[in-house]
Amino acid sequence: MRDIYLDNNATTKVDPSVVDVMLPYFTEQFGNPSSIHRFADGVAKGIKKARGQIQELLGCEHDSEIIFTSCGTESDSTAILSAIKAQPNKKEIITTMVEHPAVLNLCEYLEKEGYTIHRLPVDKAGRLNLEAYKAMLSDKVAIVSVMWANNETGTLFPVVDMAEMANAAGVMFHTDAVQAVGKIPMNLKDTKIDMLSLSGHKLHAPKGIGVLYLKRGTRYRPLLRGGHQERGRRAGTENTASIVGLGKACELALHYMEHENTHVKAMRDRLERGIVEQIPHCFITGDLNNRLPNTSDIAFEYIEGESILMLLNKAGIAASSGSACTSGSLEPSHVMRAMGIPYTAAHGTIRFSFSRYNTMTDVDHVLKVMPDIVAALRNLSPYWDGDRPVADPEQAFAPTYS
Amino acid sequence: MWDYSEKVQEHFFNPKNAGAVKDANATGEVGSISCGDALRLTLKVNPETEVIEESGFQTFGCGSAIASSSVLTEIIKGMTLDEALKVTNQDIAAHLDGLPPEKMHCSVMGREALQAAIANYRGEEWSDDHEEGALVCKCFAIDAVMIEEMVWANKLRTVEDVTNFTKAGGGCAACHEDIEAILEKVLAEKGEKFDPDAASIEVVSEKKEKKPLTNLQRIKRIEEVLDSLRPQLMADGGDVELVEVIGNTAYVNMTGACNGCQMSAMTIAGIQQRLMEVLGEFIKVVPASEMSKLVTIGA
Ligand SMILES: Cc1ncc(COP(=O)(O)O)c(C=O)c1O
Repeated sequence: MRDIYLDNNATTKVDPSVVDVMLPYFTEQFGNPSSIHRFADGVAKGIKKARGQIQELLGCEHDSEIIFTSCGTESDSTAILSAIKAQPNKKEIITTMVEHPAVLNLCEYLEKEGYTIHRLPVDKAGRLNLEAYKAMLSDKVAIVSVMWANNETGTLFPVVDMAEMANAAGVMFHTDAVQAVGKIPMNLKDTKIDMLSLSGHKLHAPKGIGVLYLKRGTRYRPLLRGGHQERGRRAGTENTASIVGLGKACELALHYMEHENTHVKAMRDRLERGIVEQIPHCFITGDLNNRLPNTSDIAFEYIEGESILMLLNKAGIAASSGSACTSGSLEPSHVMRAMGIPYTAAHGTIRFSFSRYNTMTDVDHVLKVMPDIVAALRNLSPYWDGDRPVADPEQAFAPTYS
Repeated sequence: MWDYSEKVQEHFFNPKNAGAVKDANATGEVGSISCGDALRLTLKVNPETEVIEESGFQTFGCGSAIASSSVLTEIIKGMTLDEALKVTNQDIAAHLDGLPPEKMHCSVMGREALQAAIANYRGEEWSDDHEEGALVCKCFAIDAVMIEEMVWANKLRTVEDVTNFTKAGGGCAACHEDIEAILEKVLAEKGEKFDPDAASIEVVSEKKEKKPLTNLQRIKRIEEVLDSLRPQLMADGGDVELVEVIGNTAYVNMTGACNGCQMSAMTIAGIQQRLMEVLGEFIKVVPASEMSKLVTIGA
């Protein structure tokens, strides 16, 4: 049995045709694109082509709106820091409670520096309240940063509408679209989104390459100053091979967009149906009708996620978990807590994330092993008795001596 | 994924003594589902001999929590209650060939469940004296509660102070920001303000005396330093005893959990570092067991 990779929201396999287009840039096309000799020509052309391919996928107006960075995190940091540097009198930032740490930890840091951070809460299904959002918008806000798709649940936020609202209030809008790009169609030129982050390794390009989309006319301050690369907006000699690879990956993502939203989605849906039918006391988290097509996050009650992952791993299946233990912290994932998922379930969440490389056979294999894994761990759990949870688990297991 | 030892994996994939013991006469329950870790330990104790005849566990938790529970039930089977009380969390970790620092709390939970079960058998009260905070320093497995206590108790003012007293922050430096936040918080509670440029308290106290120490002074100072480190060692279930000082070499006995545990070499190095800083001279710390060797070689 081959290993089954269902952790594509963590990272993806580089597509072989992406590798193919990259290889020459390590050898014969090794020139520095800024140089004035023939070693540079092909490289500069390769980068130009990649910019066009990315422009196509994002649906943006100009290819000069694409700034290459080193990763999604750098794009997020650049966007937010640029907005506050360019508008020094605006001391507020709006974001959500469920952002990726790339945004959340930066905001926490800025809070210490004296910024006011508004973190929009979510409901049980992980949805935002747009009325509350509207009330927060004011001329004191430097930037709104809201993710397009959540990395844990796949839940989509209405960023196109939210960008309109921000724009109407004269506020800059950034979206962390690291999980969304390549999985759902977008057409940035028809939106009021000012900045958008993406990361290559989530869409079958290599790790260590990202993009910040910067709508023409948006006020901007670079994070890295130095050479004139990326028109001085991001200094540092270009990661040429990865840029060319990312371009190809974006071309492929566009090609497979329909496949992603039909075939890949069908695998995800079949997995969910099978699990919920076979296994008692589990439920799917997030906004079930408004999600990425490839992501499923399932909470298995009364057992802990890391142990599930270890047993899955032994069965040749790779997934991930929002449990505290997998991260070494004492708290389960901030996304689960923001949605108010009870602790009895939050520690046992497993995220399965698909890609076009998965097959229905993969799904069948997971469905075959999952019930036994859950049953084995529930057998060990003090919160489980026979075929059901102990009556009132919090009560039944109340450590008298602790 | 964690770098779990073969032993941890063995006990996780094939747990021993899973489930509750029938006719158990001792039960210990620790942890809670909100923390993501909970353990119920049941024992069958022979009332005549106080020997643990059977032990079983039920655990909600991660791989190392399940492995720690499983290995614990194996360790204590056949022990008398008094023997079992001496089992430390370090013993549990050692039987698993070590645990990652983030996971040491799983072994602590095992020890606590055992103590709770024995207290339950004897009709005694057992209270959890071990408050655990978020792990701050991953290099040396120091949590926030420990750092806060040390900052309070020893009037620490800088990250360097915290490193000197707890080792936290002495490795990769990733936690310096977190340590500063703790200093800021505790100092604010004391009505003071954190000053990143403050001189470390060591520097202040060191300036006073620069005369070489007499041997008696040296021994006294060494005892003082060991006393100041003791709470930290005891929190890990261990202790240290000064056996002899010959010239600049201090011979110590590591007792309890520190004895022979995988951290002991690191602990000794930490003690030595601290002695050198406080005494302002070179001090070598050597396990007392090395003393006999030295004497025989010398003779
Ligand atoms: C939503 C989101 N934002 C940002 C990132 C960070 O991207 P990178 O790993 O390229 O820095 C990730 C990746 O985990 C992500 O899922």
